Amino acid sequence: MRTTITLAGISKSFLGVPVLRGVDLELRGGEVHALMGENGAGKSTLLKVLAGVHRPDAGSIEIDGVEHSFAGPADAQRAGIAIIHQEFTLLPHRSVAENVYLGREPVRRLRVDRRRMVEETARLLDWLGEDGVDPTAPVSALPVAQRQVVEIVKALSTDARVLAMDEPTAALADHEVELLYDLVRRLRQRGIAILYVSHRMREVFDLSDRITVLKDGAFVTCAPTAELTSADLVRHMVGRELGTLYPERADPAGLGAVRLALRGAGNARVREVDLEVRAGEIVGVAGLQGSGRSALARAVFGVEPFTSGTLELDGVATRITSPRGAVRQGVAFVTEDRKGEGLALRQSVRDNALLVRRSALPPRRGRAAVDLAALLESVNVVARDEHQEVRFLSGGNQQKVVLAKWLAVDPAVLVADEPTRGIDVGAKKAVHHLLRELADRGVAVLMISSELPELIGMSDRILVMHDGRLAGELPAGASETAVMALATGHGVGEVA
Amino acid sequence: MSFRPRLAEGTAPVLVVLVVLLVGLAIAGPAYSSPEGYLALLKRAAPLMILAIGQYFVIVSGGFDLSVGALVTAGVVIAARLIDGEDSATAWVILLVLAFGLLVGLVNGLVTTVLLVPSFIVTLGMLLVLDGAVFLWTGGAPRGALSPGFREFGRGAVDVPLLGEVPWSVLILLAILAAAVLFMRGGTGRALVAVGDNEQAVRLSGGRVNRLRLLAFVLSGLLAAVAAILLGGFAGVSAQVGAGLEFRAITAVVLGGVLLGGGRGSVVAATAGALSLEALFTLLNLLGVAGALESAVQGVIIIGAVAYASLGVGLRHRFTRTTTKQPATASG
Amino acid sequence: MTVQEKPLPVRTVPARTRSRGFAFTPTVVVYLALAVLLVVGSVLVALRGGVLLDQAGLLNIFTRATALGLVAIGQTIVILAGSLDLSVAYLVGLTSLVAAETMAGQAGMIVPGVLLALAVAAVVGLVNGLVITVLRANAFIATLGVALVLRGYLEHNYTGPAGEVPRTFQHLGYDRVGPVPVAALLMLGIAAMCWWLLTRSRPGYHLYAVGGDLEVARLSGVRTRRTIVTAHVLCSVAAGLAGIYLASRLGSGAPYVGTDAGFDLESIAAVVLGGTLLAGGRGGVVGTIGGVFILATLDTVFDDLAVDPFFKDVVRGVVLVTAVALYARRTVRRQS
Repeated sequence: MRTTITLAGISKSFLGVPVLRGVDLELRGGEVHALMGENGAGKSTLLKVLAGVHRPDAGSIEIDGVEHSFAGPADAQRAGIAIIHQEFTLLPHRSVAENVYLGREPVRRLRVDRRRMVEETARLLDWLGEDGVDPTAPVSALPVAQRQVVEIVKALSTDARVLAMDEPTAALADHEVELLYDLVRRLRQRGIAILYVSHRMREVFDLSDRITVLKDGAFVTCAPTAELTSADLVRHMVGRELGTLYPERADPAGLGAVRLALRGAGNARVREVDLEVRAGEIVGVAGLQGSGRSALARAVFGVEPFTSGTLELDGVATRITSPRGAVRQGVAFVTEDRKGEGLALRQSVRDNALLVRRSALPPRRGRAAVDLAALLESVNVVARDEHQEVRFLSGGNQQKVVLAKWLAVDPAVLVADEPTRGIDVGAKKAVHHLLRELADRGVAVLMISSELPELIGMSDRILVMHDGRLAGELPAGASETAVMALATGHGVGEVA
Repeated sequence: MSFRPRLAEGTAPVLVVLVVLLVGLAIAGPAYSSPEGYLALLKRAAPLMILAIGQYFVIVSGGFDLSVGALVTAGVVIAARLIDGEDSATAWVILLVLAFGLLVGLVNGLVTTVLLVPSFIVTLGMLLVLDGAVFLWTGGAPRGALSPGFREFGRGAVDVPLLGEVPWSVLILLAILAAAVLFMRGGTGRALVAVGDNEQAVRLSGGRVNRLRLLAFVLSGLLAAVAAILLGGFAGVSAQVGAGLEFRAITAVVLGGVLLGGGRGSVVAATAGALSLEALFTLLNLLGVAGALESAVQGVIIIGAVAYASLGVGLRHRFTRTTTKQPATASG
Repeated sequence: MTVQEKPLPVRTVPARTRSRGFAFTPTVVVYLALAVLLVVGSVLVALRGGVLLDQAGLLNIFTRATALGLVAIGQTIVILAGSLDLSVAYLVGLTSLVAAETMAGQAGMIVPGVLLALAVAAVVGLVNGLVITVLRANAFIATLGVALVLRGYLEHNYTGPAGEVPRTFQHLGYDRVGPVPVAALLMLGIAAMCWWLLTRSRPGYHLYAVGGDLEVARLSGVRTRRTIVTAHVLCSVAAGLAGIYLASRLGSGAPYVGTDAGFDLESIAAVVLGGTLLAGGRGGVVGTIGGVFILATLDTVFDDLAVDPFFKDVVRGVVLVTAVALYARRTVRRQS
């Protein structure tokens, strides 16, 4: 018999402020059920209710007609519910097997049965076709993509009947995304109910059987995927029509001088990179995870500086050996890890927006009055006031604060690594327009994105990286297949 | 930039505590019916408050300074030995004590930032080294004596127009506090808090993280030296003069709502925490709580205050998190 | 596992895995350092016409290591769990008094005395743990507060040694097997038990998880509060054992026996010296014991060399910082 999980009328408030208002959700064994909604719509809270992390104020959770009440994550696990959280839930210093069985270590004669843990983990890894992962290796030794595999193994090892995945592809390279799809489909075949939370339209349409949309903590609709178009979805999520158009590209004739140029630049992670970005231009960098696209961005910004070749800013050869040096020479960097590297989350909107100015500029320039209100308005940050701590903002607004802190120093070059990661459709659009506005004001923008439609839609030219090198360059509006061909190492010849 | 007065988050509870204690003092002790009584309290509290300001810089930037107690002792013992009652030596010895505090802070900061040793360990090591070295040098017990000129800062008072007699230590405290508030409002101060919150974000914003943390330790060392000068004057020379002050200063800072681990808290609140602690001791004395039980009561109150602060903050957080969804355009 | 319908291919996994060869883990480093210290110390002492590792010298090292070792074992457990205990020094004094006063010189009261002392210790640990988990006070402040409460109690009720342990109980403090005191062997036995508990048992796994990342542990279904409270109870019981041992050696309870020895910071120093991460989640009892013996050997060498006692503190401070600096270097290199 296939499992059915019914969440009915789930409500949850924090100190009287409702976050979920009577949400219904029905999951069936053997289906992939997508859960969509803007940031703040209540998806994460709903997931946490399902995972036993939060107790709902009202409503019921039934599994095969039996009502359950979870006192904690352990109860939910026992009922067959496994969650893959958005942030990694792994202990870096412990081994893969120890992580997989964390909280449920098999015990034999009073002691943890390490052998069984390792063997079971190895079997699951093999089953996923990931036999390259050593169950006894510490997680800190694994690349990011393999950590995601460990997360999945951890979820599977609980005898899960329901698997909820919160943005599972956020950290994956494209070919790994394919593997994940494959895996999700296999799990579906075996009768597992999969709740799939994602911001990426394409994933949702590729994978899901049904879609439930939440907005402002309330249930909006639930329909078979086949009956919905992406425009419908956006309308349900945002409550209004949102054009899917990207901002207009730059006029090739109107481009300015070359602001950033690399000639034969390389370090331990990237080799022999030649590129030029002109004032007013957005150059996209595509590539699989580990291809060196982020390493390139970090090298330009001086996090891991180039050790060979030359870097020119506005035609002058220079050396950038630290982020501070980069900032002082007019280079800005939007990191892909907003919370870890981009913002001081407990500090106010104001302090974050002024962070670069205060930290990197010489005191006299740094202290000069800046029109903060105008700055925040130009990126359209929605916050209670400038003294609100940024951790209470939505991902999209946080990203706007990141952009604001760079706008405050008028950069000549902006390197943006995954500038729209983990933010909702509306905010994405706003960030796209901001980047284009910057370019129009004469900034040279180097943009990295693993979302191909976005990259193609935004870029005036596309550079594709493979194995630490530039594999080729494609014009604006190139096809996804052309990009992928280069990214996977099929060479320029076949696509050009 | 507008300078409208704004209470940093976490400041309110300690101010309430402080007011309650001060009112308690007024009720319990006749000495506290006049400003002089409070001035005396402030004078007594000044060294701890100055230590708390120094400790605040370190804690808010994500560190610990366990060496300040030993540094106070060292400062007093060194001063006594070098001055040896000679008034003429006062000026250069004061400079030397300040320089010594600065040096100790510099070493703490350099070992923390360059050798990447957790500051808890570095300053614990420094505590051991200072305790040992000072007594090694003086041969086991403090020798010499402070000059009257030196002791003036801790004991004496000065005639201030309108206010009358104000103790030197209170004036010094107010000057330091004012400077600290200005510093924390400025870019460097804000960046210091940001370092305690997310070091990497500051680094990738072009900030000099190591220099900022170093600065915090240097300021802490320097202020500990100032506290040593005041305490030496106030309490005289003893080997125990600084004992336990590091814990007291940390307690004061935490009582002021500053987050251990860094990234949140105001310097005014930390200072108010120190004053509250001193007011508490005074009140306990007035109420006739036996000296021995005093620390027990202190322990209970500290746990209670911190628990209240963290539970209270926890509730407020959840509240703010959910209220942010009512959008309102940011205004300057 | 429901997702597996047919038998899966079994990958052969070596039973004792992790054949990553010999590595300079902090534990290895600390024992190498101990060996070097013993050699250098022996040479220095020999130059002055003495012998470091004779019967008396060994006895001295082991005796010094016993009480600190017990406290440090407990401290290791709480530090691994991401916590800290600053109340152990006063607790050692308190439990020595409870034990000695309950025994009051009668052999028949030994068992009740020991049990009562351990019960008092457990209660103090429980309070520490509950203040940290339920009242959500920072461990540093919580245990400092508890330390102050204990101090107040001791200062209020005692001015000096009190109680008396029966003669038979003093065997615990003074009997030895060859040059090794029985109590030291018991301490090592307890260390071994804790090693097993930490590395082989489920609660041990959970302890590392809680110290490594509280939120990850919680989301994985580990009962984090229970784990932290248990760690504090174990830590306090270990400190209680140290108090009982010291009562047996002194013949009576002494309120400040723990604080005079600086057991609070000293035990943290030993733990960190032994390579355990102050932030928690990494390290272990084996390293701690190495750290304890380094500190004990240093003291003994200095005694033999008749070095000024204050010089010891200086050296200790330098050793502590240097050791941690070395560990930190290593971690940074490995991460990059």
